[in-house]
Amino acid sequence: MNTVVRYLKSLLLLELFQGLGVTMRHFFKPKFTIRYPEEKTPKSNRFRGLHALRRYPNGEERCIACKLCEAVCPALAITIDSTQRDDGSRRTTRYDIDLFKCIYCGYCEESCPVDSIVLTDLLEFHMEERLERVVSKQQLLAIGDRYESQIAANREQDAAYR
Amino acid sequence: MMLDMIPDVILDLAWIVIKIVAIILPMTVAVAYFTYAERRVIGFMQVRMGPNRVGILGFKLWGLAQPFADVFKLLMKEIILPDNSNKFLFLLAPMLAIAPAFAAWAVIPFNDFLVLADINAGLLYILAMTSLGVYGVIIAGWASNSKYAFLGAMRSAAQIVSYEIAMGFALIGVLVLSGTLNLSGIVQAQSGGIFDWFWLPLLPLFVIYFVSGVAETNRAPFDVAEGESEIVAGFHVEYSGAAFAVFFLAEYANMILISVLTALLFLGGWLSPFQGVPMLGDTFLGSGSIFWLFAKSSIFMFLFLWLRATFPRYRYDQIMRLGWKVFLPITIVWVMVAALMAVLGIVVKGG
Repeated sequence: MNTVVRYLKSLLLLELFQGLGVTMRHFFKPKFTIRYPEEKTPKSNRFRGLHALRRYPNGEERCIACKLCEAVCPALAITIDSTQRDDGSRRTTRYDIDLFKCIYCGYCEESCPVDSIVLTDLLEFHMEERLERVVSKQQLLAIGDRYESQIAANREQDAAYR
Repeated sequence: MMLDMIPDVILDLAWIVIKIVAIILPMTVAVAYFTYAERRVIGFMQVRMGPNRVGILGFKLWGLAQPFADVFKLLMKEIILPDNSNKFLFLLAPMLAIAPAFAAWAVIPFNDFLVLADINAGLLYILAMTSLGVYGVIIAGWASNSKYAFLGAMRSAAQIVSYEIAMGFALIGVLVLSGTLNLSGIVQAQSGGIFDWFWLPLLPLFVIYFVSGVAETNRAPFDVAEGESEIVAGFHVEYSGAAFAVFFLAEYANMILISVLTALLFLGGWLSPFQGVPMLGDTFLGSGSIFWLFAKSSIFMFLFLWLRATFPRYRYDQIMRLGWKVFLPITIVWVMVAALMAVLGIVVKGG
């Protein structure tokens, strides 16, 4: 008897129709897809994206050329040259980050005693020439100037946990 | 004036060519949009969007220009000829695949007068043409000189030959009830209304015919000939560019052909389901037209995609078991049942 029932079930394709029902239900479900350039997923304030060099509110650059970031960088992506400025303070003459070497670990930001080098939450950048991968001090400062409010806001939110 | 100077033979030929183009051109566009529909439908069933970006002149149009982008990409790519392949057969195979897929359309009646070749043995011709497609696959697999392509070709050959039999028997059921091999005649024999179509008396054959059709076209869940997880892409693994596009075109043309045939043989082709209903009988809905054929075929075309989105691939021995041990006995039994129904007058042709 059981065999007959089993045969009938398989001949009537019951399980196959169940399967078709499942896919048909999903056909009408709202889709999970995020339509990327128009819609974006929320980002954490700890997101580690493109680098930036920050300035003090009075316009003085923060970096004091201590080279801790250069030392801690596991990918050896940072290159720093420094000299004494006319007012006697030590400053960088060259601060290059090779974006191809960088692994976005965030150690440079953690090691920085003056919160100068930071990782912003920018992730939409690209380069069209190979050499563009090396970003100079001027470029990093420019990024910092442009997104300072955003960088500061993200640091503010995370301050309690640092 | 000018027309008088041209011999009749050439005029007739030109007229035939025009008719062929009138069938092939919409067919090719249908194939292009069938691939788009496939990606969209399967995408929706997997709870994602599918292609919705490629549009014209900055308008996205839900990705409706996607098939053209795909076609132009494929046509501009290089056709790579493998070093140790048989060059002649390698290039012949796609043509052997596409020619029968298109040729079969010659005898398809779109309504009671729209048919390119209204021949008596239409059904036999269809059977012959759909079987010929397997040569393209076998030759492609052999000429590629690649083990994956060869395995795919072997699988596909055995599968198509097996399901051909079940398919043939399903067609015999239709023959028994309609008493004619002519496709227009078969549709005429179903006239009357939705319950006079052959799907009801031949329900098992109807299901078996469509499932065998899915197996014939090497579509999921019977797509072991491609089996991308085991044998990369099966018989067309070495093909690229336009040659691959031709295989692609043939596969989708065959799918559309099977859908149209199922609609013609079992769902009354161009006949209206409201035929004979008092109120609707005289209106556009009640009269048979090409639109009913399109509507019915698109149900099956959607079913092709639906099946692909739902079922996992059959194991090879299961495919053989299904074809030989399940479909074949059922069809033989039901052909006899159909014969009894015809003799006892339970099903009267032409309603």
